[in-house]
Amino acid sequence: MMILKMKKEDLSAFLETAKEWGELWGPTKKGNKVAFSKVEALSQMDLKATRTIIPPKKFLYPPRFTMFDYDHEGYVDRLGDVPKRIVFGVHPCDIHGIQIMDKLFLETYKDPYYAERREKTLIIGHSCIPDEKCMCFATNTDFIAEGFDLFFTDLKMSYLVWVGSTKGHDLVRMKPELFSRGVDKTDILNYTEYRNWKKAQFTKKIDFTGMPDVFELGYNSPVWDQLGEKCLSCGQCTMVCPTCNCYNVVDEVELGALEGTRDRFWDSCMFREYSLVAGGHNFRDKRADRLRLWYTHKLQAYIGEFGKPACVGCGRCVDTCPVDINVVTVSEALREQEVGK
Amino acid sequence: MKKMCVELDEREVPDNPFRPDMWRIIRKYPLTSDVNFYQARPADSDETLVFDYKPGQFVLVSIPGEGEAPFCISSTPSRPGMLEFCIRKMGTLTDTLFSLKENQTFGIRGPYGNGFPMDKMEGKDILIVAGGMGAAPLRSLLLNVLDNRDRFGSLTYLHGAKNVGEMLFKEEFIQLKDREDVNMQMSVDKDDSGKWPYKVGLVTTLFKDLGPIDAKNTYAAVCGPPVMYKFVMQELVKLGIPKHQILMTLERRMKCGVGKCGHCAIEYLYTCIDGPVFSWWDVLRMKELIGRGASDQIIS
Repeated sequence: MMILKMKKEDLSAFLETAKEWGELWGPTKKGNKVAFSKVEALSQMDLKATRTIIPPKKFLYPPRFTMFDYDHEGYVDRLGDVPKRIVFGVHPCDIHGIQIMDKLFLETYKDPYYAERREKTLIIGHSCIPDEKCMCFATNTDFIAEGFDLFFTDLKMSYLVWVGSTKGHDLVRMKPELFSRGVDKTDILNYTEYRNWKKAQFTKKIDFTGMPDVFELGYNSPVWDQLGEKCLSCGQCTMVCPTCNCYNVVDEVELGALEGTRDRFWDSCMFREYSLVAGGHNFRDKRADRLRLWYTHKLQAYIGEFGKPACVGCGRCVDTCPVDINVVTVSEALREQEVGK
Repeated sequence: MKKMCVELDEREVPDNPFRPDMWRIIRKYPLTSDVNFYQARPADSDETLVFDYKPGQFVLVSIPGEGEAPFCISSTPSRPGMLEFCIRKMGTLTDTLFSLKENQTFGIRGPYGNGFPMDKMEGKDILIVAGGMGAAPLRSLLLNVLDNRDRFGSLTYLHGAKNVGEMLFKEEFIQLKDREDVNMQMSVDKDDSGKWPYKVGLVTTLFKDLGPIDAKNTYAAVCGPPVMYKFVMQELVKLGIPKHQILMTLERRMKCGVGKCGHCAIEYLYTCIDGPVFSWWDVLRMKELIGRGASDQIIS
């Protein structure tokens, strides 16, 4: 690992130079929420915000895009028209989310659409200020060691900058005079203090260990039906989740011609049609079945296969669900065998 | 957790695994009132012998403007150069497939899925149980074993259909009854005509005359409507066939075929890459493989 140091007032100049590589995107205020938007300067960003509405998965895997143009002769790839982007201000939980997406989209049958966007998107992380909805301490995603190109940790007077890739290093080389290798004792003490401060922000007790067994034991629990009664099947939880990858594919027909596009867009396992097959059989007809699939996937199946949950603790489901169904309330309900009010 | 007994093969992945190639319909004719038989070849003749697959694998069929859906392959790779499908008219995509004429083209990508573990099945006795449309994927296995007959032990094929009119590949299978190296048994649930010369009753009635089998040395392959599994599995387990040697091929909604779109997820598995062939042991320990709680009904 390479860790450099930068004066805080130099960040603006660094980003100005970095824009030569590609579009600059960062967290900006949208009403009382925050979203990643295209910006011209650091001053437009809100780096204090805890979470954006949609995670940065939208850069690597847009909500809707065209995969192919087709006509009667066949299908032609729609690749190569993705802009180069620098996404600044990505928090550790979301970088963990990207790594889970990488595993899914880049291993076993590499997805060229994801791969192209991953290649053309630089991820610059930034340390964060957790709020009461954050759970990254429980999912072990509160710090990050890889998956980014650069990572800025804000230490009062200066930044410590982790260089995580050769591309990140190339950005540094565009303005090397802004960086130094001169990390001193104060920096180390400040960094330790920051870690301790961050760890101390989490006051709630949340524990996902043992969830695979609790899910297995509670497979037929009435808790699922009670949660199903509350659930609106709106699918917002899946849209805002950094590790939800499900999509649907449709052919859009141009009027009056046998040509069109094949488009891919985000789907949700909360939707009724999600497991419907030809002939009308629905493998997950009940809302309880669909909720159980989502939470089983995040907290049982993924832990079983990879030893950690497919939840990165970002708190977006806590923030978003209109009826208070989220990883915290569901795991509590299963553990206590009772749905909270 | 360990992977399933039937694993995805290492194979070369194309630059864009989502891009369909165009295939030309060579033959098309009805098998029943709502099921058509299709034989297709790559539209690009250079590709004719490139496509290789295993019995039990499936492809994604594309109709420009209608979209994509998964279909199992009914032909055997031992007769290369073409693919065969049984397709039931079910929705807009299959409506269009039915309206296509011979020599017209449609898109195919694949093959996908693990397929039957032919290497492990070699040298073993093979017992195939098909119900209704279940004959579509199992015909691939049946023909493959017949084409490599000396590599397998005994071969038994049990086929159940609702009635005579709905039986797939009726003539083809009746002809096979003349062969001595395969035990073909067929039944229909109901025979209104009274002219059906073979068994009448559910497919499980065919087990009565099965005779002695070398259970530990047998691989069973089952496919049919969900209601069939419960009863057929009871019979197979009763025969003493090891649960990991009882194989079944399953259906799920799929949008990609390559483990990305999520629709066919069951716990930590994707039906498209970890299946669609699963063992009865997989089903017993993974509750949703054949529908909610269906496997709870039998603790065997």
